[in-house]
Amino acid sequence: MGVAIEVSDLNAWYGTNHTLQSISLLIPANHATALIGPSGCGKSTFVRCLNRMHETNPIGRVTGTVRVGPVDIYAQASPVEIRRRIGMVFQRPNPFPTMSIYDNVASGLRLNGFRNRKILDEVVERSLQQAALWDEVKNDLKKKSGASLSGGQQQRLCIARALAVDPEVMLMDEPASALDPVSTAKIEDLIFQLKSQYTIVIVTHNMQQAARVAENTGFFLNGKLVEFDATHKIFTNPTDKRTEDYITGRFG
Amino acid sequence: MRIRFHRKLDDLKERLLVMAGMAEQAIQRAVEAYRVRDLSLCDLVVRSEISINSFEREIDQMALDLLAMEQPMAIDLRFILAVIKINADLERVGDQAVSISDRVRDLQAFPVVDLPVDIPRMASLASAMVRKALQAFIEADAEVATSVLTMDDNVDKLNDSAFFALSNLIKEQPHYTPQALHALMIARNLERVADHATNIAEDVIFWVRGADVRHHLST
Repeated sequence: MGVAIEVSDLNAWYGTNHTLQSISLLIPANHATALIGPSGCGKSTFVRCLNRMHETNPIGRVTGTVRVGPVDIYAQASPVEIRRRIGMVFQRPNPFPTMSIYDNVASGLRLNGFRNRKILDEVVERSLQQAALWDEVKNDLKKKSGASLSGGQQQRLCIARALAVDPEVMLMDEPASALDPVSTAKIEDLIFQLKSQYTIVIVTHNMQQAARVAENTGFFLNGKLVEFDATHKIFTNPTDKRTEDYITGRFG
Repeated sequence: MRIRFHRKLDDLKERLLVMAGMAEQAIQRAVEAYRVRDLSLCDLVVRSEISINSFEREIDQMALDLLAMEQPMAIDLRFILAVIKINADLERVGDQAVSISDRVRDLQAFPVVDLPVDIPRMASLASAMVRKALQAFIEADAEVATSVLTMDDNVDKLNDSAFFALSNLIKEQPHYTPQALHALMIARNLERVADHATNIAEDVIFWVRGADVRHHLST
């Protein structure tokens, strides 16, 4: 099951650039939460702070608290443990190109020491079914490489790979921006299915996509969280003028 | 900046205002036709209805295109929804004008009598409501729109007293029944015009504030 994420006074820097400033919000469990905002507003940095990826950058620095469920991820957990509990999918699908479809999905479990063939088979099938890819690849699991799939299938493969380690949270950084409308619709349907079991945070430039998949939406601007509210409120009657100017295209 | 989109919104507003002017003029002409029994004014009202109907279709199509092609959000989305609804109300105002004109034609068969109902005053109040609702729309002013809502009671009261006075007249002087019934229907038409003005004002409030004040809601 998904868990809530509680962010308190989160600040992030790239070198001297203060890219996130005092972000506090509660991301509810088993909901999809969308993060929108112009390029460079800090939304991707924010997501990378939720699984301690930001600090992998040599000039990245973070202060504040992020609680994933009961765990303060900066004080009480290692980055490796955190990334098992929090899966991430990126803009460009990044399957391991030389691995088979099966090995791509099983890679996380193997990394964690699982070797039992039967369990691996079960998890690979379950994960591919959850990612709505099973029927398309079940006959080619070990014959085809991840790179041989279409872009949309590769992205669902990456989602299956993330689901295989049984995370509580799925972070998605523009997961459909490189995909055609049909593949995008499949990813969106998938998000809708997955949120009953996982907490989903999705960064998107596509506001219609945010409106379609997320119950809550946060608007970032210049490293600050300007507004966080129910998605229908954000897109029909936002409270902050800056949010309205952004979503109606009156910026700049 | 979505300059092209916002220009299209301006075009939509402009077309609606042209239509609004025609609907308002149709009511004025219909009431004047009643006052002076001028059938040529009735002809003008009927002809203008054809244009109003054509505007209604054009504005709906423009709004539909914007919804489909531009995926408007927030205040822009509310604006287009408001325009679609105001468009329908203005078309109905045009229908009320035609209905009054039809009554004026039918009244030609009967002698003019002095009736206990002030149709010009009702018309003046209803027209003022339409004008004010449109002013609120032009200026995106929810305060002005709110003031329209309070004006509706006055027209309702005039309609009620017209009903009472004309019912009594029919009882006491039944030979005036046709004229009284036509006047009653015209009063009813004007009361409907005031209702349409109220709807328009509510739509302006929804557009500007995102608040639904219909049916005495204040969310």
